[in-house]
Amino acid sequence: MISGLGFEWRVALRFLREGRMQTVLIIVGVAAGVAVIAYISALISGLQGSTLTKTLGAQAHISVRAPDDVVTPAWLALPGTTALTDAQPRAQRLRSVANWQALVPLLEAMPAVAGVSPMVSGAGLALRGEATQAIALMGVDLDRYDRVVGLRSKVISGTARLAPGEAIVGRELAADLGVRAGDRLTVQTGLVSDSVRVTALVDLGIKDLNRRTVIVPLRAAQNLLGLPGGATSLDLTVKDVWSAQELASDLRQQFPYKIESWQESNAQLVSALNAQSVSTALIRGVVLVVVVLGIASVLVVSVVQKRREIGILRAMGATRGQILRLFLVQGAVVGALGSALGIALAVAMIWLFTKFVRGTDGLPLFVIGLPLATAVQVALIATVCGVLAAVAPARRAAALDPAQAIRM
Amino acid sequence: MTAPDNSRTLIDMGEVRKSYNLGLPSEAEVLHGVSLQVQRGEFIALIGPSGSGKSTLLNIVGLLEGMTAGSYRLQGEEVHGLDDAALTLLRRSTLGFVFQFHHLLPAFTALENVTLPALMRGGRVSTRQREHARALLTSVGLANAMNKRPAELSGGMQQRVAIARALVMEPALVLADEPTGNLDTVSSDEVFVQLRRMHVELGTTFVVVTHDPRLAARCDRLVELIDGRIARDEAVTHTPVG
Repeated sequence: MISGLGFEWRVALRFLREGRMQTVLIIVGVAAGVAVIAYISALISGLQGSTLTKTLGAQAHISVRAPDDVVTPAWLALPGTTALTDAQPRAQRLRSVANWQALVPLLEAMPAVAGVSPMVSGAGLALRGEATQAIALMGVDLDRYDRVVGLRSKVISGTARLAPGEAIVGRELAADLGVRAGDRLTVQTGLVSDSVRVTALVDLGIKDLNRRTVIVPLRAAQNLLGLPGGATSLDLTVKDVWSAQELASDLRQQFPYKIESWQESNAQLVSALNAQSVSTALIRGVVLVVVVLGIASVLVVSVVQKRREIGILRAMGATRGQILRLFLVQGAVVGALGSALGIALAVAMIWLFTKFVRGTDGLPLFVIGLPLATAVQVALIATVCGVLAAVAPARRAAALDPAQAIRM
Repeated sequence: MTAPDNSRTLIDMGEVRKSYNLGLPSEAEVLHGVSLQVQRGEFIALIGPSGSGKSTLLNIVGLLEGMTAGSYRLQGEEVHGLDDAALTLLRRSTLGFVFQFHHLLPAFTALENVTLPALMRGGRVSTRQREHARALLTSVGLANAMNKRPAELSGGMQQRVAIARALVMEPALVLADEPTGNLDTVSSDEVFVQLRRMHVELGTTFVVVTHDPRLAARCDRLVELIDGRIARDEAVTHTPVG
C-alpha cells in the first residue's frame, strides 16, 4: 500500500539534486519564462492603467445627451410614385436633455453608477486685455463634477471654488491669457458676456483641453449659452470603467437619449488596448509553451539517463503509479522553484524600470506593480505547466519494462 | 491475492516456456518447458553457458518478465495471468534482488539505499526499519560505510550493500544474478561468504545465477540450464563454506 508521497518526494528531490547542472538550468529557464510573463503582465497592466487614467481623467465614462435633430420629410411618397429628394442634414443646436432633473436621481440609484454630473457646455471666447482665445465653456456643479472627473485633484494653482462669478481655467489657457488665480477675465458667447474671477488653474492631462477649458457654475453657463434651466449633457462615472459599454447599452434601451460610453467615444484607443492585450496574451502563451517544452525535454532526457534506476526501483516493488508520480513531482518542483525565482526576477525588473525609466519631468513614466494575485496566478500556472510537462516523460518512465531497463 | 502458503514449496514451475518476438519471423523460444521446484531455505546455484536462458528464467522467477506458457506458483499463488500491479505487489512482498552490477541508486547513501524498499512500501522509514538496515550493513561489514555514496565504495562493498538491501524487508526469496560476476576473486569470495551467512542466519531462500564453478560448488543445489532446458539438477555434496 502507498501511504503519502514520501517515497516519490525523496527520490524525485534526489534525482533533481543528482542532475544538478541540468536542474539548475531548467529552473533558470522556467524562472526566465515566469519573469517575462509576470513583468509583461505588470508592464502592460501599468501602461493600460496609465493610459486609461490619462484618457478618462477629464472625461465622463458615459455621457447622456439630447438626441440629434433630424430632418423630417415634409410629405411621404405615395404608393406607385417616385420622389426625388435631397435632404440637407440639420445643424445641431444646443439642446437640453429633456427632464434631466428627474433623470439624475434615477441614474444615481443604479448600483453600477458612482456619480452623475449635469453639465451645460458650448463654445465661446475668453478675453483679457488684447488677448482673445476660443474656449469650451462648461457649466457644472463643482461637487458633482469633482466626483466624475476628480477636478480638485487636478488643481495646480489656487483653490477649486465655483461661486457665482467665479471660474476655473486650464493651465495653457491661463498662460495664453496671462491670468493667475485671483485675476479676472471676460467670457463671451454669441449671446452675452460675463466677467469672472479665476479661482484655480487645472491640469486636465491633455494640453489641448488645458488650452480651451473654462469651467463656470452651472447657472452661469445656462445664462451664457442661452439655455436657462437646461443641461446639455449628464456625465456619469461608473465603478468599473470596463462595464461602461454594457451600462450604456442598457441605458439606451431604457431612455430615448443619445448615450455614449467612453469606449465608443475612444474607439481607436479601445482597439489599441485590445490589440495590446491580445499581443500580451500571445507572448505569454508562447513563453508558457517554451517553458513546458523546456521542462519536458529535460525530464525526457532524465528518464533516458535513469532507465536503470527506474528498472531497479520497479524490480524492488515500485508500482507504475509511484514511478509516474516521481516524475510528476519533479515537474512540479522545477515549476514551483522556477516560479518563485521568476517572480523575484520580475519584481527586480519592475524595480529597475521604476528606478531608471523616467519621463522628461524626472518622474516614473507610469506606475507599474505586480499585484500579489497576479504573482500567485502566474506561479500557479507555471507550476501546473511543470506538472503537465512531466506527464509524457512520466508515462514513459512508468511504462518501462523493468527487466529491459535493468539490462541496459 | 490468496493467503500466504506455509508449505515447504516456495517455487513450483511446470513446463515454463518463454518466446521472444511472438508471431514475428524472428520468433525465438529461449525456455523450452522448464520445470523447477524450490523448497524454502534452499541455496541454489543456477549455472549454464551464456544464452542458455538463465537470466530469462531468473526474470520469470522474479516476476520481471511474463512466461509464454506453463505454470508458476510462488508461495502457492499462481502468477500466470496476474496484472502488472498485482505482480509488483507480490514482488515487493516476496522477493529481493541482487544484480550483477549492484544497481544501487547513486544519489543515495548506502544506508538510504538499504532503506529504500521500506520507504517505497510505507512512504517513510521507521526507526525499527532503520535500525534493522544498520544491523544488516554492519553484519555485511559496512558499519563504517553507511553514509557513503556508492561512488565512494569498492565494487565488493557496493555488492554487499545490494545484499543488505535485498534482505531488509525479510523476503522469502532472494534472486542474485551473477552477484560476483563483476568482482575480483577476493571480493567474490567476500560477497559469497556474506550470502551464505545471511542464508544461515535468516533462513532465506537464495537462487544465485553464476558462471563461476568455484562458487557454484559451494551452493547446496546445482541447477544447470543448457539451451533453455534443465540439463542437471542435483544436490551438491561438498560442505558449504561459511
